[in-house]
Amino acid sequence: MAKLMLFDSTLRDGNHAVRHQIRKDQIEDYCLAMDGTGVYTIIVGHGNGLGASSLQVGFSRLTEHEMLETARKNLEKTKLGAYMIPGFGTIRDNLEPAIRDGVEVFTIGCHCTEADTTKQHIEFLRKKGKEVYGVLMMYHMASAEKLLEEARKMQSYGAMGVILMDSAGASTPELVQRSISTLYEGLQIHVGFHPHNNMGMAVANAYTAYLEGADIIDGTLRGFGAGAGNCQLENVAALFEKCRIKTGIDFYRMLDASETVMPELMGREMGQEPLSIVSGQAGVFSAFKIPVQKAAEEFQVDPRDIFYELGRRKVVAGQEDMIVEVAESLSRPAGGSGNINYQLESLL
Amino acid sequence: MEKQKVKAGIIGTGNIGTDILMKLQRSDVLECGIFAGRNPDSVGIRRARAMGVPVSTDSIRAIEENPQCCEIVFDATSASTHCIHAPILERLNKFTIDLTPAHVGRFCVPALNMEECLQESNVNMITCGGQAVIPIVQAITEIHPDTKYIEVVATIASRSAGPGTRDNIDEFTQTTRDALTEFTGIADTKAIIILNPAEPPITMHNTIYALIEHPDMDALCRKVREAEARIRSYVPGYKIVMEPVFENGRVTTSLQVTGLGDYLPKYSGNLDIINCAAIEIAENYARQKILGGGNG
Repeated sequence: MAKLMLFDSTLRDGNHAVRHQIRKDQIEDYCLAMDGTGVYTIIVGHGNGLGASSLQVGFSRLTEHEMLETARKNLEKTKLGAYMIPGFGTIRDNLEPAIRDGVEVFTIGCHCTEADTTKQHIEFLRKKGKEVYGVLMMYHMASAEKLLEEARKMQSYGAMGVILMDSAGASTPELVQRSISTLYEGLQIHVGFHPHNNMGMAVANAYTAYLEGADIIDGTLRGFGAGAGNCQLENVAALFEKCRIKTGIDFYRMLDASETVMPELMGREMGQEPLSIVSGQAGVFSAFKIPVQKAAEEFQVDPRDIFYELGRRKVVAGQEDMIVEVAESLSRPAGGSGNINYQLESLL
Repeated sequence: MEKQKVKAGIIGTGNIGTDILMKLQRSDVLECGIFAGRNPDSVGIRRARAMGVPVSTDSIRAIEENPQCCEIVFDATSASTHCIHAPILERLNKFTIDLTPAHVGRFCVPALNMEECLQESNVNMITCGGQAVIPIVQAITEIHPDTKYIEVVATIASRSAGPGTRDNIDEFTQTTRDALTEFTGIADTKAIIILNPAEPPITMHNTIYALIEHPDMDALCRKVREAEARIRSYVPGYKIVMEPVFENGRVTTSLQVTGLGDYLPKYSGNLDIINCAAIEIAENYARQKILGGGNG
């Protein structure tokens, strides 16, 4: 089996959990603590990636340039990474500046059925000599065959690997098994998995993905991330080593970073609090949690109803504008779709 | 005697080009002089042939070799292809309506700058998202020139985004944002494009956010409704679904565009809005510059 690569998205996906308010000194401390620990790349930026700082998904405290430059200055051994979803960012406004800021590894994402929207960006970055991986978000919404078809497109554009992102934390182990093994058998490039922890399965799902052929696991320290959080990299390192799978991780240094830097960075513990469990079960992007809570308060409606209604409407990542519209319609007397029992609906 | 019609050429036989072709059948001033693409097996070419419309698989060469076939050209190819076509069409002296996000010519939103555009030789229809939101954005900034920041989110059904749109997603995003800034004078703008693959497909949905310190909500609602009425005169399926509300420190309003269902089904409001706008400018050009104007 190929050598395992751990992608560290703490300073990207973690930004969701603090409404994109990560500070400069926190980026410095994190990079210093994690540089050279053996993670393949440290991905930095707004939670939704380059170009995403917006009213739709939240403004970040720092500009992209400030975040990337700060990380660049504090990384010597580990590669600096960035994420971008075409439709949020563009080549001129975001990728070219990120290259100038010294980003070496790019992950380019899209909804799992829309791989052809990544063609321009993957090809552009490959021409610039950068490492590029494709990311298929909300992968639970497509069949394994469809995922393979989309991943093959990314492969044809020059992607060096394709990562399935469990953006809603809606994975069952069987789904991981089926999807990853299909990709592993059908692709010539790396296969990766990015789990979320809404149903408490992130590390287990990462392990299943590895057994089925994935050699990239994308997670965060302490599981810092949107909603219920991500796949905790300390757990992955511990479990995989115990299973005699080499991770190349300096385990004590990783644990030290977890202990010294993370409490301050996170502000609170991650975990499966009730609303995140609902979002996972409804199959809605984990990062919708905070805006859903805000809208529920603003319009005096049950946030769980908002999640189930969003799930019913099959919204995808990036459609945060639907939250306000759903909350507003639920708040009307005969609101939304009448008297739907959302909890029952979701289970049918 | 049948009224004289102006001939229009269409280059690009994908979703946009074929929908334009269908819409031209209803026009009382335009008719299709050539429907040109590259793919002999495209659904559009087959359909045009069945309708008795002159077709060619030589793309722009069909117009170069027979310049008499049209006086107005709709270019529905791709941004990079339009950059090659633009100087050729200029040389042939064709009024060119560019439906790609190439942005070679002046940005055109018929509800806002029709007269200026009629003086140009090449106009750019921005993007479907741009056509949908810019009149509303302009209405907002007219009431509140003190608006600090504008952001738009255009969500379209995957099935209504053809290969051209997908290949041009970068220009699509960039051009929409550039047009927001050009029409409002606000430097700090953002455009977000989302494709949603849900079945049944969703109707094109657009949200506009504005940061305004003390928004006059009554005036905003009134002005937005006026803009809606103006656009509905050429895009009947255009509808504000959430009037401007002030929430979480921002002004938010959303609208949907239901298509006429000419070529693709009604959820493809994105095709309709850009194509209706393109036909609107083409018909006005035909009336004023060719049929009317004292030389016809």
